[in-house]
Amino acid sequence: MKIGAPKEIFEGESRVAITPDSAKALQKLGYDVVIESKAGEAAGFSDAAYTAADVEVVKTAAALFKAADVVAKVRPPSDAEAKRLTKGQTLISFFYPAANEALMELAKSKGANVIAMDMVPRISRAQKMDALSSMANIAGYRAVIEAGNNFGRFFTGQVTAAGKVPPAKVLVVGAGVAGLAAIGTSTSLGAITYAFDVRPEVAEQIESMGAEFVFLEFEDSELPDGAETGGYAPPSSPEFQAKQLEKFREIAPDMDIVITTALIPNRAAPILWTKDMVEMMKPGSVIVDLAAEKGGNCELTKMDERVVTDNGVIIIGYTDFPSRMATQASTLYGNNIRHMMTDLTPEKDGQVVHNMEDDVIRGATVTFEGDITFPPPPPKVAAIAVQKKEKPKELTPEERRAQEMADFQAQTKQQVTLLAVGGALVLGVGLIAPASFMQHFIVFILSVFIGFQVIWNVAHSLHTPLMAVTNAISSIVILGALIQIGSSSVLITILAALGVFMASINIFGGFLVTRRMLAMFQKS
Amino acid sequence: MDFGFTIAAYAVAGVLFILSLGGLSGQESAKRAVWYGIVGMGIAIFATIAGPGQGLAALSIILIALGGAVGYQLATKVQMTQMPELVAIMHSLVGLAAVFVGFNAEIELGRVAAAMMAADLPFPALEYGQKVPALVAAEFGTFANLLAKKTAVEVGILRVELVLGVWIGAVTFTGSVIAYGKLAGKVDSAAKKLPGGHMLNIAAAGGSLLLTAMYLGGAGTWTLVVLTLLGLFIGYHLIMGIGGADMPVVVSMLNSYSGWAAAAIGFSLGNDLLIVVGALVGSSGAILSYIMCKAMNRSFVSVILGGFGGPAGEQMAVEGEQVAIDADGVATALNEADSIVIIPGYGMAVAQAQQGVAELTRKLRAKGKNVRFAIHPVAGRLPGHMNVLLAEAKVPYDIVLEMDEINDDFPETDVAIVIGSNDIVNPAAQDDPNSPIAGMPVLECWKAKQVFVSKRGQGTGYSGIENPLFFKDNTRMFYGDAKASIDKLIPMID
Repeated sequence: MKIGAPKEIFEGESRVAITPDSAKALQKLGYDVVIESKAGEAAGFSDAAYTAADVEVVKTAAALFKAADVVAKVRPPSDAEAKRLTKGQTLISFFYPAANEALMELAKSKGANVIAMDMVPRISRAQKMDALSSMANIAGYRAVIEAGNNFGRFFTGQVTAAGKVPPAKVLVVGAGVAGLAAIGTSTSLGAITYAFDVRPEVAEQIESMGAEFVFLEFEDSELPDGAETGGYAPPSSPEFQAKQLEKFREIAPDMDIVITTALIPNRAAPILWTKDMVEMMKPGSVIVDLAAEKGGNCELTKMDERVVTDNGVIIIGYTDFPSRMATQASTLYGNNIRHMMTDLTPEKDGQVVHNMEDDVIRGATVTFEGDITFPPPPPKVAAIAVQKKEKPKELTPEERRAQEMADFQAQTKQQVTLLAVGGALVLGVGLIAPASFMQHFIVFILSVFIGFQVIWNVAHSLHTPLMAVTNAISSIVILGALIQIGSSSVLITILAALGVFMASINIFGGFLVTRRMLAMFQKS
Repeated sequence: MDFGFTIAAYAVAGVLFILSLGGLSGQESAKRAVWYGIVGMGIAIFATIAGPGQGLAALSIILIALGGAVGYQLATKVQMTQMPELVAIMHSLVGLAAVFVGFNAEIELGRVAAAMMAADLPFPALEYGQKVPALVAAEFGTFANLLAKKTAVEVGILRVELVLGVWIGAVTFTGSVIAYGKLAGKVDSAAKKLPGGHMLNIAAAGGSLLLTAMYLGGAGTWTLVVLTLLGLFIGYHLIMGIGGADMPVVVSMLNSYSGWAAAAIGFSLGNDLLIVVGALVGSSGAILSYIMCKAMNRSFVSVILGGFGGPAGEQMAVEGEQVAIDADGVATALNEADSIVIIPGYGMAVAQAQQGVAELTRKLRAKGKNVRFAIHPVAGRLPGHMNVLLAEAKVPYDIVLEMDEINDDFPETDVAIVIGSNDIVNPAAQDDPNSPIAGMPVLECWKAKQVFVSKRGQGTGYSGIENPLFFKDNTRMFYGDAKASIDKLIPMID
């Protein structure tokens, strides 16, 4: 079958769904790849590069839609593009089915199977095709770069001959994929980075990226749990929101750059950075609102625009961050598409098997064989979300002492019991056994005791030498054989001789090998 | 020389042996300690040969020299990866020697009884220390003379000791041979049982008890022979039923048995040094077995009876997929990492990858990275197996750490590399109460920022338990033979 990518016709869209690299991978799956002329130009992939990767280049979009059995796109198709779809053709692109019902109807009437990259379920198996995450990652990075571009100072603090430069303070609101990417970029540029999220379980991730978690005191039961909503933060209660805004108001004057990334699925973005907060900020500060497409987290955000407020705060509401890094975005998106095709081509024979039993494929499919299959049933496995861990309770000194006492008592009790039982047993044996036996028995008991005392101190790393050396010395049975070898009975002599022979193999072998091993242990 | 001297020599040897084991508490003192052991053994043997009651000293010395030559060959030729096999086969020799010595004692006992009868003297003696006529005494060795003085109760006790020595020796012998076979790959290492399973073992043990009673009742030497055969069978069948990864416990258990057998023989011969050493070795093996069992969170009995118990319920389904990575990716991550922890397992020993691992470690350390090794107590097939392999490859021992020393450091580790281990890094032991290995202490390598698993293919480990580690988001699978994989990495570290 043939898979092809047309040139994106959306104004300002620079990305492309198939790169020369991903084309090679698709060819390995058994597909022929076709591309519309100049489709990759804006992303830095020339037609020549495609040709070099054995990709067929066709002149027009119409020709491409005709040639390809599978069409891969970035943006949802325009009406004109959707009309080109034919029965049985597969379209893979972002689709936003909830917002694009008319488009979905159109695709259905054409009989095309549509896979929406934005509907890929958020389960670990599907991460490699999670285009939302890979785009969010780029958006997070680019948001910091964009902020830096508009910010008149260094990110990192410096002490120069010309004077001291304070480091920039960056606040990232929402620690999803984009938020974490922004945190990582910002800390690596040297800024002091703070981050906030309503899900307390992400605190660990935030700290692992080098930012400081802005901590909000709140009752546990009222905290939202991200596990039920596919890893997204759910809407929070009014009290919680009030508290959150209060915290932001407190820190707003200190912040040089604010990057907001808070989105709630299928809803307008929550307002987290109000007008008065913007007014509190220093002139020259920058706000980058990654939620601008859904109305923005900042009250003053204007979609797709850069606004400068009266007090000199720059608010950036661009929505095309991934497209601004078209090469990187295309590479990642192309890989997402390629992974999706891998799942759709279980036999690697270039034939699409649209398995509606598969959670991932089912979840992403919005129209299939003339039916609308959106919304999908809930996936069989829940999304990943780190459960909260019980923190081990800090013990007060009294409690600790009490516990130590209890441990000590338990230990004493155990030891005394063991001693009593052992002692009674030995005494019991002593009652019936003759004195000549008891003499040896005492030696035995003491040796076992010494053995236990000594062996516990042996280093773990020397367990193998220990075994070899005990092996060698347990050949002490040779003494028995040596005493018996002089017997007048021939049978005894033979058996004893064998015993001597075998035991001496052990003695020499055991000690030598121990020495060999020990000689190898070297200190650095 | 006289008997007093021999006993004095034994006392010296006993002290040396204790020092020899005690010295193993540290790598440096161990090098001295092994000499104590050698000198102790030398003194003991010299005193016995030079002491009273030893005939055929020349033959003994020749035999010792021959045995020594064989032992020398074994010890110098053996590969460090084959150490478990060597230890196992050496245990079998001790076991067999104990059986022979025990049988000799039984034969001697019969001879003494016959001779005393002929001399018209009561045997067993009516009271301890009865006079043995010079004529009879001259014909006997020291041991026989000792026997002749024994009363009925003493002879009874002697027989109990004898049975114990022979029986434990027999179990040790076949058990060690099978353990050797499994470790050397000559016997299938999977757990196998004859039809009847544990019932056969129980029957054999019951039969042994019965025969012991008969033997003590005076039923004759044949009971001891049958008893030995039953012991041989139990050793064989018991160890056949234990799978490969439980070998550390098996080998240390056999180590313990060989000690107890020596002690029992010591009792029957009335030789204190044998008792002392047997008890030392026996308790040493017992402690090792205990440590190994604890490291697997399993009771000693369940290991010995073989196989894992059935899971208590439905095991957690593992969700996600194993993501592969190539050498380039691993090398990049290693080049960028500051702190690296390597977790070797049996797979490293099988692939003989320790030299490569050591070379990799040297290169990474030369770049100023903090490279350390995390060793789980049951990694490999012998207690301390990994330490010896790494030592052979000249990895300094101060960067080779135990589980408890390093487990808390994983969250600050950039890269954890798992080479040929599986169950010891299985998070299911902590997360899934229904897992067969639930509660086993494991190396928490998944807390590292990135985990690379070098593994031959996608299969499960010895225990057949799915390992959720391989499906984690921060885990990448580095498929291929461990040696080849590591060798590919080395030139890429710059």
